[in-house]
Amino acid sequence: MLRYVYGDQLQNFPRLAASMFRDRADQFKTRLGWDVSVDADGFEKDEYDTLNPLYVIWENADGTHGGSMRFLPTTGRTMINDHFAHVIGGGEIRSPFIWECTRFCLSRDADSRMAALLVVACGEIMQHFNVEHFAGVFDARMVRIYRLLGASPDVLGSVGEGREQISVGLWHYAAADSKKILHRAGVSMALSQLWFDRSFGTQKTAQLAQVG
Amino acid sequence: MTTNTQLETILEALEQAEGLPAMQASIEQLRDLMDVDHMVYHWVDSAGDHYGCGTYSDAWREQYLKMNYIRIDPVITGCFRIFNAVDWKDLDWSSKASRNFRADSIEFGIGNQGFSVPIRGPKGQFALFTVSHNCDDAAWEAFTETKRRDLILIAHLFNKQALELEKERKTEAQVASLSPREVDAITLLAMGYSRAQVAENLSISEHTVRVYIESARFKLGAMNTTHAVARALSRGLIVV
Repeated sequence: MLRYVYGDQLQNFPRLAASMFRDRADQFKTRLGWDVSVDADGFEKDEYDTLNPLYVIWENADGTHGGSMRFLPTTGRTMINDHFAHVIGGGEIRSPFIWECTRFCLSRDADSRMAALLVVACGEIMQHFNVEHFAGVFDARMVRIYRLLGASPDVLGSVGEGREQISVGLWHYAAADSKKILHRAGVSMALSQLWFDRSFGTQKTAQLAQVG
Repeated sequence: MTTNTQLETILEALEQAEGLPAMQASIEQLRDLMDVDHMVYHWVDSAGDHYGCGTYSDAWREQYLKMNYIRIDPVITGCFRIFNAVDWKDLDWSSKASRNFRADSIEFGIGNQGFSVPIRGPKGQFALFTVSHNCDDAAWEAFTETKRRDLILIAHLFNKQALELEKERKTEAQVASLSPREVDAITLLAMGYSRAQVAENLSISEHTVRVYIESARFKLGAMNTTHAVARALSRGLIVV
């Protein structure tokens, strides 16, 4: 199931959190060779994990991590504004309607629907929290993956060449795409809504529980 | 649409606001325009200082401080660390203390419905914007569904203006002077005197003391007397 978890709630899901930070180390350090720090527990964490971000995490049946990403509002501190302003020509991205999305991570043995499931979660966030765009930093390898997902961003700026190229992009929500993405993820709109309400709403799930 | 034009006009005035009284005027106009019982913008800074404007009654604000509700208010405790807007129904009201708090707030006319927008600003800033109202669930859901985007926008415009004013407040801190009588009144309050004792010491009526405190409070952009005292102290305007 998809879980939407703020940083300070990760302690309620110790197995899920530990496997997420280990999978991040595996993806970003081991496989992509990024210059990220991995601690003694084998966790890849950075300063933005301390700002109580919102994580969207796929929880496998055994309680471990299948895929995840991390959100922060651009009205506060973000990776783009702190470190990648030069990529977009020195400007800043600040809007209550734009959230930054970073650390898009898929576990090594994630099933093929995983990326689409995470995109489904993006759609829920956009729809329920009036987020109109996600901003993110990505490297050349991700371009093809996004295109396959039908989720190619608008590129705001790039630096570097070839495989070393780093870009800042903006994603926006098109209601027309949501059916396609749901189909690819293999979930119904109702199920996606249920996962979202489980994390954020006490009212609707309470009603469901009464009916069930 | 007339409503949109009216909203824009009020928001333009808000962007010109040069102090809390102007922000207060804007929030009252927006409350009326959106036809809700209350609207509040509230910034708690890292020093624990409160800053903002809103339409809650003085009686409720005093009750809130007296009961120290900030410690148990689910709207504050639930919104402090997050950044998505929330309907109050989605907050945790399960404790007895929070249910009593809710009953008391309804008693004071806050309303049985609420919607809050937590704001994350620069350098870990936290502020909160809230609308509250008295109506049934269906009417409230219809309102928040259609107005949610406007409310988020309004929340952030109040915060932006508050941040602008904060910059000015900081640079003007040395010059934001209090009159000698205001300094006397605030100093005695800081020393722990009651209003009656302040009046007696300064040989003025208690009513006059209230006026001095009130004007000092306004000059200092403080939400209440305690805050005004703290602010006067921190700015070196009074020495105790």
